[in-house]
Amino acid sequence: MHRFLRHDYLSYMPAKFSIKKISILLLLVSFVSVAQHHDATETDHNASIIEAPELSFKEKIKADINHHIQDSHSFTFFSDSEKNKHYGFSLPVILWDNGVQLFSSSKFHHGETVAENNGNYYALYHSKIYKTDAKGTIDYDGEHHVSNVKPIDFSITKNVVMIFVTCVLMFLLFGGLAKSFGKGPIASGAGRFFEPIVLYIRDDIARPSIGEKKYKKYMPYLLTVFFFVWFLNLFGLTPLGVNVTGNIAVTVALALLTFVITQFSGNKNYWKHIFWMPGVPWPMKIILAPIELMGVFIKPFALLIRLYANIMAGHIVLMSIIGLIFIFQNWIGGALSLFLAFFLSIIELLVAALQAYIFTLLSALYFGFAVEEHEHEEAH
Amino acid sequence: MEKLINDFSFGLFIWQIILFVSLLLLLRKFAWKPILNAVNDREDGIKDALAAAEEAKKEMQNVTADSEKLLKEARAEREAMLKEAREIKNTIVSDAKELAQTEGDKMIKQAQAAIESEKKAAVADIKNQVANLSVEIAEKVIKEELSDKSKQLKFVEGLLGDIKLN
Repeated sequence: MHRFLRHDYLSYMPAKFSIKKISILLLLVSFVSVAQHHDATETDHNASIIEAPELSFKEKIKADINHHIQDSHSFTFFSDSEKNKHYGFSLPVILWDNGVQLFSSSKFHHGETVAENNGNYYALYHSKIYKTDAKGTIDYDGEHHVSNVKPIDFSITKNVVMIFVTCVLMFLLFGGLAKSFGKGPIASGAGRFFEPIVLYIRDDIARPSIGEKKYKKYMPYLLTVFFFVWFLNLFGLTPLGVNVTGNIAVTVALALLTFVITQFSGNKNYWKHIFWMPGVPWPMKIILAPIELMGVFIKPFALLIRLYANIMAGHIVLMSIIGLIFIFQNWIGGALSLFLAFFLSIIELLVAALQAYIFTLLSALYFGFAVEEHEHEEAH
Repeated sequence: MEKLINDFSFGLFIWQIILFVSLLLLLRKFAWKPILNAVNDREDGIKDALAAAEEAKKEMQNVTADSEKLLKEARAEREAMLKEAREIKNTIVSDAKELAQTEGDKMIKQAQAAIESEKKAAVADIKNQVANLSVEIAEKVIKEELSDKSKQLKFVEGLLGDIKLN
């Protein structure tokens, strides 16, 4: 029974007050941001019903936000909607539609035209590519869903570019750090800044969560995932306008890796605790088995949703508040919104690090459960 | 939930997996292992250095204690040597004294014996000489006495005159 309670990482945390505090703060922040997000959309919605003239402007902001949080087939830094000019660069589109279809995203003209490649026609609709005819007809089914064929899209999108950039950056930074260690025991260069963080992840995340004996095997994954998520979270706060860690596909991939590593490192003890919980009467064992089994899948699911929702909500709130500056269009409201946006940006900086930390810590805890050895069975 | 599924892009998912796993493998080989090894080595080095310092401190204490002990030992040894020397001196002196005593005694005895025998010899010699002299004198006297016959006869007459025939 105790093991089940322990799944709540707050109660399982080693008695480190600072980590507990940070976790509680994190929970508060995430609740606050989600709540604000709801408020923002609700007021927006209500307002749009009452005040008809302002609707178009608010709708435009809403569309902008939606566009921003979604992946894109071209890398646009900014665009002038009046002159209909976009500043940025096109990215290659790779589709699987009876063979590989490769063409530049410039063919879409930012979703305004139908792209033709090898006699097939494709249209961009809400940042998704659908197969269509020469006129670009989009069909809807009864529930207002697009019923066109959706080819599998392997395009190098904006997010893929950012992932690649982050990979290169990380490789240069940490490769440099490793190289500087080759010269002597004291690191030098830009990587030096990250050395204490590497040590922190080792000493305060991996060691207490996984255990002194086995933590070494998981260090590469934990370090990579921490810096990957953190850097991408930070990139999300830059005016580049990317939202990689707030994309469900990315967080699913990350959580899936944690899940796979956990299951593959699970020892006899781990599986025994799932299917035949030791130390409880047998009817309880039968009841606990499906709950524990569900927990195996819920844990990584919570992981992916937590990261996705926090970053997504952060982006939406921040963009909504920036949008408010233009809606208020007066000194007081504008200044207030500006101050609020500034304040929120700072919180988002904290959230960026915190979410990376939480993802890493929880991954480490799951690995810890999987490799845990019980010397004192009677303790249950 | 439906929005989540709709937002899920399979292509991005695949790209993320490919890029992330290759990043993980590359960093593991070229960054994390060297970094963690270097950090570990450094920590071990610090630990070793601290242990060595502690060891050296202990050794210093040991050395001080040892030297103190040595000093004490040396002092005790000196005491013992002095004492021994004194004892040797005493024994030598007493032995010498004893030896001198016995030797002296022996010499005195020998001297005494020599003196005694010399004395005896001398006395015997003197006795002989005295006897000889006495005999000579007596001889001479008697000779002298006997040379004058008349006198002798007179003397004998005198003597005979003294003797009263009773």
